[in-house]
Amino acid sequence: MPSYVIPEKCDGCKALDKTACQHICPNDLMVLDKATEKAFNREPEMCWECYNCVKICPVQAVDVRGYADFVPMGASVVPLRASKDIMWTVKFRNGMVKRFKFPIRTTDEGTAVPEGGFPTASDLNDHLLMSQPESIRADFFTIKK
Amino acid sequence: MANWETVEVKTDLLILGGGMAACGTAVEAAYWAKKNNIKITMVDKAAIDRSGAVAMGLSAINQYVDLTGGKNTIKDYVNYVKQDLMGIARDDLVASIARHVDSSVHLFEKWGLPIWTDENGKYVHEGRWQLMINGESYKVVVAEAAKNALNAVDAQIFERIFIVGPLMDGDRIAGAVGFSVREEKFYVFNAKATFAAMGGAVHVFKPRSAGEGLGRAWYPPWNSGSSLYFTLMAGAEQTCQEVRFIPVRFKDAYGPVGAWFLLFKSRACNAFGGEYMVERKAELDNWAPYGKVKPIPANLRNYLGMLDVMEGKGPIFMETDEAIQKIASQFKDDPKAFKKKMKELESEAWEDFLDMTISQAILWAGTNTQPEEKHSEIAAAEPYFIGSHSGASGAWVSGPEDLAPPEYFWGYTNMATVKGLFCAGDASGASSHKFSSGSHAEGRIAGKAMVKFAVENTAMPKIDQEQVKMWKDQIFKPLDLFQAEVGKSSDPDINPAFIRPKMFMFRLQKIMDEYAGGVGANFMTNKAQLNRALELLTYLREDSANLAAEDSHELMRCWENIQRMWQAETHVRTILFREETRWPGYYMRPDFPRMNEKDWKCFANCTYDMKADKWEMIKRPIIEMKI
Repeated sequence: MPSYVIPEKCDGCKALDKTACQHICPNDLMVLDKATEKAFNREPEMCWECYNCVKICPVQAVDVRGYADFVPMGASVVPLRASKDIMWTVKFRNGMVKRFKFPIRTTDEGTAVPEGGFPTASDLNDHLLMSQPESIRADFFTIKK
Repeated sequence: MANWETVEVKTDLLILGGGMAACGTAVEAAYWAKKNNIKITMVDKAAIDRSGAVAMGLSAINQYVDLTGGKNTIKDYVNYVKQDLMGIARDDLVASIARHVDSSVHLFEKWGLPIWTDENGKYVHEGRWQLMINGESYKVVVAEAAKNALNAVDAQIFERIFIVGPLMDGDRIAGAVGFSVREEKFYVFNAKATFAAMGGAVHVFKPRSAGEGLGRAWYPPWNSGSSLYFTLMAGAEQTCQEVRFIPVRFKDAYGPVGAWFLLFKSRACNAFGGEYMVERKAELDNWAPYGKVKPIPANLRNYLGMLDVMEGKGPIFMETDEAIQKIASQFKDDPKAFKKKMKELESEAWEDFLDMTISQAILWAGTNTQPEEKHSEIAAAEPYFIGSHSGASGAWVSGPEDLAPPEYFWGYTNMATVKGLFCAGDASGASSHKFSSGSHAEGRIAGKAMVKFAVENTAMPKIDQEQVKMWKDQIFKPLDLFQAEVGKSSDPDINPAFIRPKMFMFRLQKIMDEYAGGVGANFMTNKAQLNRALELLTYLREDSANLAAEDSHELMRCWENIQRMWQAETHVRTILFREETRWPGYYMRPDFPRMNEKDWKCFANCTYDMKADKWEMIKRPIIEMKI
């Protein structure tokens, strides 16, 4: 199945206030089985392989196996997401391994300032939005009637 | 009877959706709300940090006008969109978004989105209108700014609430109903102004992959036509609902091709080494004037490739190895520089996928594909409804007073034809090519307009308890039906009394694939097929009253598929109405095989009256903006 949980590693997020993968899945696929206290993907054929469950799992208990109806076996793509960058380990079917590292954000988590530090004129009745016109970095376009 | 607790929420501004557009609305409305004492409520069916189409991330921003650069103008963008949509676009809406989008992009950068820059610190363009980004956390950053803005004012955020339908107070929208997918709670929202941006529609047509691969849609499978259903049932006029988008992408895993075509300048060739864009150039003459201008419209580029495939000349390959070798060859006399360039290009090629379509990286790894060594197949996907991209479907909304002619302005920017209902992103139509950044900008435009509306229309619309009861009974019926009937069969799926949402979806997809120009029909349909589709959709609509759900997750699936069904019917009726072929490569009508500029250079709009069960098809004029 696209994303799946490794039962050995999953502890059902018992020390946390919520099951992380269940919290984040955009398609409501990941769910905690209260009987086993482990998470699982309840509808893998609706999985987009967005990897949000993989990235958020605090114990790396979630992995993805490519769609069996068109991906040959043996490949794996594993992320290691940090606060400013992400590292990807790509393993090919033939055993070759490639690693890539990319930036993911330039600011500290939680610090996004809505108006971006730009000043704003504040007429509710004109067409300028907050942070404008400065944040456009050009003259505001309008047509005189 | 499943008796869930009813929770009533009263607010001033109701924001339905949590994607790019809705986050734009939230961050903007919060600013204006503070000064005007306005309360805001935002509702997402998932978790805002990673909801919507940008859940996985993106490798490029596809709308950046670059007004700072001084070369591109608003007029250029308006012409580009009109051209790409074969003449069908609302110039005023496109200009409205284009004049604001750079502002959103600059805010994204301040919020923490890394945009590629060159050695001079200038943004790296993928193409004329596109920027390269390290976009894995694009949604996280945008959601954070929206949440920070809301947390600083009188606002509340609800997650995991699935919105079903609107509540009306005469001709004004009064709010919405929905249910939690985490607790047994039914929600009734009452608001002065309601904003809808709940995505486009995926899985309306049978997709190419039907096993586990169902999930690997190009646009996310959680887009189920919620915006269309909500606005249609509110009585809002719809536009461009015939315009579905068919993306041509790397086959099966649907990885993006933009960087390959625009940045790496790759060619696309058929099994015989022929380049359809070259060999079939003459076909473009049949689609003048649009086929004769650069860039060639996306549907026409599709069409030329489809002609190859229909003649058995596939597969079509993106010649990635050729493109990479060509770029690196400028360093061929310097082995060290050559190796460095090759490594750079390899990293860019893989990041392109890892930032937004990880499955394509898995497919490359699974097929031992290194792009610098072998080419990869590209193919046309199945149809999608996506007004924010190269589709155009959505609600018919007012433009801004300074840009819109009187025919396109009715009081508040981005308000639909229903008083107090605002739309942006995939929910608003005729303003294609907004993508992620433009949807955010459009959400912001709507956010400010909504605050103005709430300040000028202070009377709270009334909730009609009859409507609430009607919705509540309908919404929960699948749970009751399942419990009542499941014991009468050995198999919980095979029961004469009900249909489960997965099979309901497959039935819908088969109807659309075979009769409304899906993959199986080579994207062709005609009047007889479309009428057959309507006949079968009538049975499906009747059977939708017998959907069954075991739990709240499946209940959401029931309603998502009802929404898909309505998107399907709206689409079929609009294709029938427009008696021409204007977007070959998206769909073709052999019964009207050519474009008819005389009779059909106009919008094909529609409304649906829920009470009377009546459709009205309407032509609206194209009024070109004089800039």
